[in-house]
Amino acid sequence: MKRRNFLAGTVAAGTTGFAAPSVRGQAAANRVLRFVPQANLANLDPIWGTQYVVRNGSALIWDTLYGVDSKLEPQRQMVESEEHSPDFKTWTFRLRSGLKFHNGQPVLSKDVVASLTRWMPRDPLGQLIRGRLDALEAVDDRTFRFRLNQPFTKMIFALGKNNTPMAFIMPEHVAKTDSFTQIKPEDVIGSGPMRFRRDEWVPGSKAVFERFADYQPRQEAPDWLAGGKRMNFDRIEWNIIPDPATAAAALQNGEIDWWETPLPDLVPVLRRNRNIMVDIADPLGNIGSFRVNHLHAPFNDVRARRAIQMAINQEDYMRAVVGNDEALWKLLPSFFTPGTPAYTEVGGDILKGPRNIEGARRLLAESGYSGQPITVLVGQDQAPLKAMGEVTNALLRSLGMTVDFVATDWGTVGQRRASKAPPGQGGWHIFHTWHAGADCIAPASYNALRANGDGAWFGWPNSPAVETEIDSWLNAATPQAEKAAFDAINTAAMRDVVYIPNGFYLGYQAWRRNVTGITKGPLPFFWGVSKT
Amino acid sequence: MLAYIARRVLATIPVMLIVAFFVFSLLYLAPGDPAAVIAGDQATPQDVERIRASLGLDRPFVVRFGEWLWRIMQGDLGVSIFTNLPVSHMIAQRIEPTTSLMLITITLAILIAVPMGVMAAWKAGSWIDRGVMAFAVFGFSVPVFVTGYLLAYIFALQLEWLPVQGYTPLSQGFWPFLENLILPSIALGSIYIALIARITRATMLEVLAQDYIRTAKAKGLGSRGILFLHALKNAAVPISTVIGIGIALLIGGAVVTESVFAIPGLGRLTVDAILRRDYPVIQGVVLLFSFIYVLVNLGIDLLYTVFDPRIRY
Repeated sequence: MKRRNFLAGTVAAGTTGFAAPSVRGQAAANRVLRFVPQANLANLDPIWGTQYVVRNGSALIWDTLYGVDSKLEPQRQMVESEEHSPDFKTWTFRLRSGLKFHNGQPVLSKDVVASLTRWMPRDPLGQLIRGRLDALEAVDDRTFRFRLNQPFTKMIFALGKNNTPMAFIMPEHVAKTDSFTQIKPEDVIGSGPMRFRRDEWVPGSKAVFERFADYQPRQEAPDWLAGGKRMNFDRIEWNIIPDPATAAAALQNGEIDWWETPLPDLVPVLRRNRNIMVDIADPLGNIGSFRVNHLHAPFNDVRARRAIQMAINQEDYMRAVVGNDEALWKLLPSFFTPGTPAYTEVGGDILKGPRNIEGARRLLAESGYSGQPITVLVGQDQAPLKAMGEVTNALLRSLGMTVDFVATDWGTVGQRRASKAPPGQGGWHIFHTWHAGADCIAPASYNALRANGDGAWFGWPNSPAVETEIDSWLNAATPQAEKAAFDAINTAAMRDVVYIPNGFYLGYQAWRRNVTGITKGPLPFFWGVSKT
Repeated sequence: MLAYIARRVLATIPVMLIVAFFVFSLLYLAPGDPAAVIAGDQATPQDVERIRASLGLDRPFVVRFGEWLWRIMQGDLGVSIFTNLPVSHMIAQRIEPTTSLMLITITLAILIAVPMGVMAAWKAGSWIDRGVMAFAVFGFSVPVFVTGYLLAYIFALQLEWLPVQGYTPLSQGFWPFLENLILPSIALGSIYIALIARITRATMLEVLAQDYIRTAKAKGLGSRGILFLHALKNAAVPISTVIGIGIALLIGGAVVTESVFAIPGLGRLTVDAILRRDYPVIQGVVLLFSFIYVLVNLGIDLLYTVFDPRIRY
């Protein structure tokens, strides 16, 4: 017997004298799940702050009208039925009966209208709906309607998609907060399966969720964000453990039950422990991104961008990011997530096969590049980005480029990448990031792929051809039409080098063997999970 | 004495004002943007700009500093940009773990280091002395996080005697409280023990060479009496100075220790706030640390009068 167990047993026996309370204590412990999330849960406003960790916590608290399942198809969640006019301009929805917020108030159409009104300005698909919107109105307490002045075929997908910001439904008085202003902590009131214990919240350390007794799950089996969200826990405790080695030790020691994002380096240690299970976390994975600034020389010339594209070796990047575990990465001649209907390699040949360093040097010279420093912003506090930055440094030097390697933290990259100034005056040429695979399946909401110049994401690519093909996808009414649009988008975006995908990679999750029901998905799904 | 204390307390006001100005200026000049962190990686530049405006970060330095100072003077540290919680509430949540960690560390360090230093001086040149000095070199040389990982590996993972991480408030029982703090205190205290032991040894060596010690020996006073009643009391002034200076060392070390052992203290709050550019929290915590440091120095100054009655204020 270990000393701690002995001590605990002695104390229990001394205070009670009976074994039964220990059994009850064990049963109670099984009703609590201790989870280590990917990052600190610093706020709980999934519209104002769109970090994934906020979305993941919010999915426990707030419910959505629709939820995507593991086939990436949106299924009814709060909605009981829907209908649209033949021209896709009028969409009418009816809510399920009996839905309640955590404060006991019923969920009404007015709450939905206010919530969607707050969500639309912050979401790319929401903005498209907003741009077509004549009215969004509550017809009665359980019915609401969109009246649009142009067809919009992707309405259900938009309302049920899982990338941030998700269209969570909040009480009207909360949802009336401006989209760009954070809701108050006391207003974290949802209608989801768990309620937030604000009194136990220690930002940076712990967030506690408590089962909402009045939640009415759907009858269907749970499948990602779809189906019945039945909770087997009375409490879910999110423990923020910033140090990966500590989190690994805590999991091995049984102090936590489930760790969302173990470092690949630590996975072999975890695998050696027979009490721990390790598996892929999110089959949709991540797409590494080599982002160039289209505003300034040399990358305002497509030849310079193409030079990088023909020289880049995705394998170098992937091995630097996830190591030599080949189950974790694959080459990606595409902007879209492998294994999804969006995935296509059409137009991606330039990223395949042997790399052409000589050709790249020639193309760079043709673009007029003559040795000026290339400013590369590298967030050193994000392990994947640090690794990508190092590979890029070597790549650019191998092409004869002069590198101004700006090693800084992600907060600074986040600020500096917004600058359109010339690189020598506070601007930049290159930075790295990654895109969650779940974000790379719908072109209209795939910000990094948009190429509408000043309105585009950082780097401000301008490619009318890409934008035209994104419109084609938006108006596609059949899977065949969507497939054609994906092919055309990939081709145009590769040709104009909107950005350069530098590989597709997966991550692991790890949990104690006595926890069951954990599924692979783009976010941790707690419904259906139990502990013995 | 009371007048002196009052003067010293009043003198903290300009010190705090200068600290406040420097902290605010540094944060204003430092790169980084909380709006970009809040908006998330997928946000557009326009979204980031709107959030920056809603947070008031687009206003001039003077306006922002003036508003902040005015609030500080009213006892209001502001509201965290990220959590929307009052900074004072966030500090209050974190102060118990940090205070507990530091008090246990200081107590542990003094209880271990002072006798070690005294013994090393008393047996100067012996294997005890060399052992104490070797330990001091080790304590200085090994970073806190390495000590922390080693301790966690041995006592938590291998022996399963103690938990790896976390914090349990004292209100939930003394043993749960203590078991979470034993390893962090030892890890954090190792440098502190080394520092105090070395200073104690050096000071004691000097004192033990004084005439009055020889006189005490000649009178037939026992070793314990000489060491702890005569020598240590006279060596206490520099030792207590080092203990005071070491508080700053502890504050720095607490940042690392709290991260390694996942203790929800002020150190982690500071690091999190810096990484996210949560300006009100950084400013609040730095002001608090400055205030504590000023008070500790005052306390040490007052302690001098206890150890050495010749000192008067």
